[in-house]
Amino acid sequence: MADPMKIRAQLKGDVAEIRVLMGHAMETGQRKDAAGKTIPPHFIQSLTVEVGGKKVVEGQVGTSVSRNPVFGFKVKGAKAGDKVVVSWVDNKGDKRTDEAAVA
Amino acid sequence: MNTTRRTVLKSATAGSVLAGLIAAGALRPTQVLAAEWNKAAFDAHDTASALKGIGAGTPMDSKDLILKVPDIAENGAVVPVDVISNIPNTTSISILVDKNPSPLSASFDFANGALPEVSARLKMGQTSMVKAVAKADGKFYTAQKEVKVTVGGCGG
Repeated sequence: MADPMKIRAQLKGDVAEIRVLMGHAMETGQRKDAAGKTIPPHFIQSLTVEVGGKKVVEGQVGTSVSRNPVFGFKVKGAKAGDKVVVSWVDNKGDKRTDEAAVA
Repeated sequence: MNTTRRTVLKSATAGSVLAGLIAAGALRPTQVLAAEWNKAAFDAHDTASALKGIGAGTPMDSKDLILKVPDIAENGAVVPVDVISNIPNTTSISILVDKNPSPLSASFDFANGALPEVSARLKMGQTSMVKAVAKADGKFYTAQKEVKVTVGGCGG
């Protein structure tokens, strides 16, 4: 099971700045292990961000995003206390959803 | 991931992007998100096919699309990239790295008040142009900047 995401959502005026850190190996499928065997690709493919029950960002991600990806988004019209829900799905079908509140 | 599926998808991708998408959709029943992962675009090995895969073709250069990248990245495994679009009605932003094995890194759609801004951290195999592509009112715009990489982040 993947590590929980770290989600920070800070309100500046009426814009919520959301930063998400996802714990994920993001294997490209090009690296080799010590025995010279190719490590199979294992990476996040899709992510969604919801604020206050509305989907605000939908992303698709490839292998060239760094290990433990960090993404930042800005959402206008968010209010303090709005629930921020972030989900991802990787190429093996693993998924994870975490939430935080706009502060 | 079985090899037959790979072959099927590869041949479909070569034939037409649409066929590749349909094949990916048909063979990926576990996907839960609304939008299908754009396998054709993410598997493309050159920038032109990746752009075609996201439907961008040949995007226009735009000064209103701001791409913030470091001039020199000491560590290619973590290259911070910020993209801000000042183009009205921007609905999606994609980030590409020309010389990576698969140039398309990430693609984001915005809705319900999300500003067309995104920051992410990318892997870069070598010194390369980084491109941002924004979609606004059905048109595609691009901005690019070179990042010099001293240690690659893709090999092993």
